[in-house]
Amino acid sequence: MDLLTFARGPALQWALVIFVVGTIWRLIGILLLPRKPDFNEPRSTHPWRGALGLIVRRTVPKREFAGPTAFGNTIGYVFHFGLAIVVFGFVPHILFIRSLTGLHWPGLPSGVIYVVGALTLAALVAALVRRLSHPVLRLLSNADDYLSWLVTAAPVLTGLMAAAHWGGPYPRLLAIHVLSVCVLLAWLPFGKLMHVFLVFVARGTTGALFARKGAST
Amino acid sequence: MNTTTVKAGEGSVARGVPMPDVRQDKQGDLAPQERLDIAMRNFVRDFGAVAATYLESCIHCGNCAEACQYYVQTGDPRYTPIWKIEPFKQAYKREMSPFAPIIRALGLKRRVTVEELEEWQELIFDSCTMCGRCTMICPMAIDIASLVGLARHGMHKAGLVPHELFAAAERGEREGSPLGATPKVFKERVDWISDEEEVEVHMDLPQADVLVTISSIEIQKYPQSIAALAKVLNHMGLSWTFRSQGYEATNFGLLSGNADWQRHMSMKLIDAAIACKASLVLLPECGHAYTAMRWQGATMYGKPLPFKVRHISEFLAEHIADGSIRVRKGLNKSVTFHDPCQVVRRGGAIEGPRIVLEALGAEIREMRENRGMNWCCGGGGGVISIHRADALRYKAFQIKMRQVEDTGAEMLVTSCSNCRLSFDDSQAHFHWDKTAHSLLEAVAENLDTPPARAAAGPDGARAP
Ligand code: SF4
Ligand code: SF4
Repeated sequence: MDLLTFARGPALQWALVIFVVGTIWRLIGILLLPRKPDFNEPRSTHPWRGALGLIVRRTVPKREFAGPTAFGNTIGYVFHFGLAIVVFGFVPHILFIRSLTGLHWPGLPSGVIYVVGALTLAALVAALVRRLSHPVLRLLSNADDYLSWLVTAAPVLTGLMAAAHWGGPYPRLLAIHVLSVCVLLAWLPFGKLMHVFLVFVARGTTGALFARKGAST
Repeated sequence: MNTTTVKAGEGSVARGVPMPDVRQDKQGDLAPQERLDIAMRNFVRDFGAVAATYLESCIHCGNCAEACQYYVQTGDPRYTPIWKIEPFKQAYKREMSPFAPIIRALGLKRRVTVEELEEWQELIFDSCTMCGRCTMICPMAIDIASLVGLARHGMHKAGLVPHELFAAAERGEREGSPLGATPKVFKERVDWISDEEEVEVHMDLPQADVLVTISSIEIQKYPQSIAALAKVLNHMGLSWTFRSQGYEATNFGLLSGNADWQRHMSMKLIDAAIACKASLVLLPECGHAYTAMRWQGATMYGKPLPFKVRHISEFLAEHIADGSIRVRKGLNKSVTFHDPCQVVRRGGAIEGPRIVLEALGAEIREMRENRGMNWCCGGGGGVISIHRADALRYKAFQIKMRQVEDTGAEMLVTSCSNCRLSFDDSQAHFHWDKTAHSLLEAVAENLDTPPARAAAGPDGARAP
C-alpha cells in the first residue's frame, strides 16, 4: 500500500473513529453529570431563547471591549473564517467530502482559496507569536495550546504546499496533507479544539441560566 | 441626605471587621495533605454539568483579563479571571474530567499542592469580587464568578479563608450578624432611629404581608435606611414588619464559601417570613443579599419559596409606576447611577433604578459602561473586609472614579450599601468629593405628602 492509499484509507478511517468516539465520550462525560433543579422564581420562562440568543450574539464582541481585544479577535476571526472557507470552499475538498458522504455544493475558484489559505496561515502564525509574547497568554498556555496550534496549522501548510507542488512529488505531498488532517481529527476531542462543539454547550448554558434570572449577557 | 453615624474612612471599624494585629489566614490545624483533599472534595461537592461545561470550555484566549478591574489596573497576568481558579481546574481535569484516567495514567497533569492553594487564596478572595464582568467578554461565555464561588467552598472547608472574612462569617453564624448587629443591637437601633426620625417602625408583628430585611452594614453605618424603609412602606399603607428572628440579609456564609452557614442565614429569613405569613420578602440595598435570597434562597430551602423575593430597587420602581408610591420631582439635578453587580449584571434587576430616578426628576447621565457592563466598585464579594487587599482595591476603584467623573453628574446614587461602604472608604482615601447616595433614601426624602396612613398596621392594610 503506498502512502497516499494508506492516508486516504486506514489512517482516515481510524482518525474518524477516534474523532467520533472521543467527541461523544467527552460530551457525554460532561452532559450526563447531575443538574440541580432550580426552584427560584424565574424572571424569564424562555431559557431556550436565551441560549440561542447568546450562541449567536457572543460571536460579535461587545463595543465596550472592542479596543483592548481588537488585535487578538481580528486574528481569531481571520483564521476561523479562513479555515471554514478553505475546508468547505476548495473544489477538491468538496469532491472528497462528496465521495465520503454524497453531499456537495459549488466551490470557489482555486486562486481565491490559495489567497485565503495564505492569510489563514499568516493569522495562525500571528496567533502563535502573540501566545508566546503576551504575558497573560504565556501564563495561561499549556501543552494543549501549542499542540492544538500545531495540528491546526499543519493541514493549512501542507495543503498550500501540495497545491503549489512544492517540496516533493504531488502524491507524497497530498498524502502528507491527508495525514495531517487525520492527526487533527484524532486530537480534536481531547484538547481545546473541542471548542468547535463546546462553544454551543457553554454559551447555551450561560444563555439559558442568565435568561432565567434576566441577568446581562 | 446620607447622614452617616460613622464617618467614611475611619479605618477598620467603619468597615465592620477590625484590622487584625496578627493575621490568621489559615483555620484549624489540618495536615497539609488533609487540607488539600478537603479543598478538592468540597470544590466538587456541588459540582455538576454546568461547572464541568465551563471548566472544559476555556480556549485560553486571555480575553477575560481585559474585563477584570484587577488586571486592567495592574497589568499583572495572575489577575486574569480564569487563572484565579487554575488549581481547581487542574484538579478537575486530573480527577473528574471525561479523560481523567488517561490524564492520570500519562501523568499529563501533576497534583496540585497545598502550597499552591495557599498562594491562590489571594486570587480567590482578595482579587475577585465575583462581579461577573469577565463572563461578558469571554467568547465561550464561561461564568467564572460561579467557579470562584465553588473554589471558595473548597477553600473554606480546607481552612484557607482570609482572616477577616472568616471572622465575619463565623460571627454571623454564632451571633446572627457578621458585623455585630445582633437582635438586641438591631432593636436598639430601630428604637433610636424611629425616635430620631419620628417614624413608626414595625417590629415583630405576628402577621404581615411584607417581611422587611436589612443588611448589617445599614444597621451599623447607614441606619437612615431603616427610617427610609419605614417611611416608604408606611406611606404605601402596607402591612409590614421586621422580625427579630430574621432580619439580617447579608450572608457571609455565601461570601466566605461556607454553604452550611449560607443555608443557616437564609433559613432565618425564610422561617421568619413563613412565621408571619408574609407574601413578600423585601431585600435591602445590598447586592449579595439579592443573590443569596432571590437566586439561591429556594435552592437553600430545597423547594419553591412560599413568598416572592424582591430587591428594594425593583419594589420602588414597580410601585412608583403603579402609583402606590407618590414622589415629588425633588431631585432636580444631574445624577449618575452605579449599578451594583449582584443586583444588576448578575441579578437582572436592571431598569428599576432608572425608573425611580426619572420619577424623582433627575437628569440621568449614564456612565460609559453601564447596566450589565458597569465596572464593579471593587469592594464586593467580601473584598472590602480584607484589609491586606486595600491597596489593590483602591487601584481598582480608580476606574470607578474616572467613570463617575466622566459623566459630569452632580450626584452619584447607588442601591447597595456594600458599594456605598466601598465608595465611602475610597472617597476618604482619595480625598474625593463624590459621595455615593442611597436610592431608597432619595425616594424617602421625596415622598409626596400626605401619607395615606402614616402608620398602617396589619388591619386594613393594602396588599404589597
Ligand atoms: S468576577 Fe469580576 S473580579 Fe472576579 S475575575 Fe471576573 S471580572 Fe475579575
Ligand atoms: S475569556 Fe473565556 S475562554 Fe478566554 S481565557 Fe478567559 S475564560 Fe478562557
